Amino acid sequence: MSFPFAIKTDDVSKLYHLGERAQYGKTFRETIVDSLNRVNPFSRLRSSGSANGHADLWALNGVSFEIRPGEVVGVIGRNGAGKSTLLKILSRITEPTRGRAEIYGRIGSLLEVGTGFHPELSGRENIYLNGSILGMTRREIESKFDEIVAFAELERFIDTPVKRYSSGMYVRLAFAVAAHLEPEILLVDEVLAVGDAAFQKKCIGKMSDVAKHGRTILFVSHNTAALLNLCDRGLLLDKGKLVEDGAIEPVIQKYLKGLRTATPWDLTSYDDRQGRGKVRFTRVRFEDGSGNTVEHGISGEPLVVVLDYESVDDRPLPNCRVSVVFFDGLGQALFNCVSELVIHDPITLPPSGTIRCIVPRLPLSQNQYVLTLFLDVNREIEDWIHNAIELNVVDGDFYGTGRLYPEGWRGKGVLVPHSWTVESK
Amino acid sequence: MLNEQAETIDRPTPHLVIEPRGYWSSFNLGDLWRYRELFYFLTWRDVKVRYKQTALGAAWAILQPVFNMILFSIIFGRVAKLPSDEIPYPLFAFAGLLPWTFFSNAIGMASASLVGNSHLITKVYFPRMIIPAAAVLAGLVDLAFTFAVMAVLLVWYQVPLSANLIMLPVLVILTSTLAFATGTLLSSLNVKYRDIRYVIPFLTQFWMFATPIIYPVSMMPQKYQWIFRLNPLTGIIEGYRVALLSGMNNSSFNWAAIGFSVFITMLLLVYAARHFRSTERIFADII
Repeated sequence: MSFPFAIKTDDVSKLYHLGERAQYGKTFRETIVDSLNRVNPFSRLRSSGSANGHADLWALNGVSFEIRPGEVVGVIGRNGAGKSTLLKILSRITEPTRGRAEIYGRIGSLLEVGTGFHPELSGRENIYLNGSILGMTRREIESKFDEIVAFAELERFIDTPVKRYSSGMYVRLAFAVAAHLEPEILLVDEVLAVGDAAFQKKCIGKMSDVAKHGRTILFVSHNTAALLNLCDRGLLLDKGKLVEDGAIEPVIQKYLKGLRTATPWDLTSYDDRQGRGKVRFTRVRFEDGSGNTVEHGISGEPLVVVLDYESVDDRPLPNCRVSVVFFDGLGQALFNCVSELVIHDPITLPPSGTIRCIVPRLPLSQNQYVLTLFLDVNREIEDWIHNAIELNVVDGDFYGTGRLYPEGWRGKGVLVPHSWTVESK
Repeated sequence: MLNEQAETIDRPTPHLVIEPRGYWSSFNLGDLWRYRELFYFLTWRDVKVRYKQTALGAAWAILQPVFNMILFSIIFGRVAKLPSDEIPYPLFAFAGLLPWTFFSNAIGMASASLVGNSHLITKVYFPRMIIPAAAVLAGLVDLAFTFAVMAVLLVWYQVPLSANLIMLPVLVILTSTLAFATGTLLSSLNVKYRDIRYVIPFLTQFWMFATPIIYPVSMMPQKYQWIFRLNPLTGIIEGYRVALLSGMNNSSFNWAAIGFSVFITMLLLVYAARHFRSTERIFADII
């Protein structure tokens, strides 16, 4: 029994109604909180009801492709390109606004590991619960139970409530269940970004086993190395559109090239921004400690975010606040540099110029990050650009010990200077 | 192992079409059936975690109606001296509190259930209706405990059992169905309007006093009794009293009232299911 395709989409599109955020009289705290929430498409919608204007966003727009049975396809694209929306539509969590998708085969989706884990239940109970949530039958779970426990290396703790697990144990258990999901078609979202390195390898290994067994996999990730390893074919999404579909290497190259050529980032033609717009950021780039323009940051080295801005008239801009928010690749806000917090008196800016936000020792480990820029004048938001620029950070000697933050440790992302003391009794 | 693989091969390859559904989408009963195991596991989870990390555990299931019974017996039985159809007041009150406690807890749990499981709704597909259904079903375990207390009371007051007891399972099914219909409707409203969370305490309080739990319908003037009959719970609660206590006062079922409750319950069920299905498709976007 074979079918010409496993997944076929035809003009699949999804429209989100976004609330107009830049409102008069909003407190700074609210706007910052909102800007943090904004990366989560659902919270955008939640608050859209209270907003007084609406903007529409095509998270996916006319996406058509066909995937043959047994193909392993990687989906790649910048944040907000529509990758997750595509997976959500194919896994029937949300409906397309337009278009149609057809799927032949038993489908399983893995948008998260440990979905539905309950902290009060034991590891054993959670395997059953999570397995059934992921679409396994009870018989399937029973027959794979020992294998799952062994894979997670949790034989001794299987009857302990998972709230007593360490985070590593928790993730291992969650992965073990997920890794034993064996539908004909598997949809996987960026889930391999957690867990320790050895375990990550084990999971990737298990996944490529699955891939070799003729299963169809659609795999969304920022991890280009993993994509290259696992996939034969790539789909590149940009602003909701499918811009490239072909062999994985050229697709990844195109994706990376798209990230690079845009530095220094010209912001004048950037539409996805909010605020009154009388003052606008025009360019953003990075400099190192000696004032050279750089393409990436280095952990522990100075990083300067250089923001050029222009105003429509020639008056000085009183009482300004500028902020640069650093997000990780999954859209989590990591930290926020806010002028108001470090400069005591209100700032008056010249009508146009260049602002430099200087981070003396970049506290980020090797990864990709995204920056959001914000400027208000007299408490009125003038310009606010989400995901204005991507920042690639390469590992550097942050701690001055020559040791790098190990790949795959939890808490990867922000590095914090600290010291230790010990006293004997 | 071999059997299992053979089974996988024999199973027909499912074919799924994903497209925008209309507002009036049809009921997908096949889907509900396919996900029956998940339904079982979610119910089982709700039962399991219900009294975790509480000192008294499942005792809470009986403490609530027992305390209410004592309180009501003092205030309404002793002080206000409400009539109770020739039945000792505590017994009268408990026979009403038994289904009521189940019902009010079930609608409370069910209406909060979708929002409480938003992490599931945004990450996996399954027929959403099994979430409120599991919440209601999990409450049946509490109901069983309450029945045990009722049994003790029946022995204590030496109530002779009657053949009317046969109706008890039917009444439990009817109560559960009404709770499911109400809870499902409230749960889908709660996704969009979190106001529901604040409405529910009022709703249950009002509904309790509008239902003959602490007083008999017979206490009301004949010409106003029909107003109470509009409440589907009235016939149900009276039914429980007849099933459990008719050995004491020779009462008999008011079939018209029960029939009317069935009718209202079915109407509400159809409406709730319709409403739920039509909003289900946007849950993940707005929750």
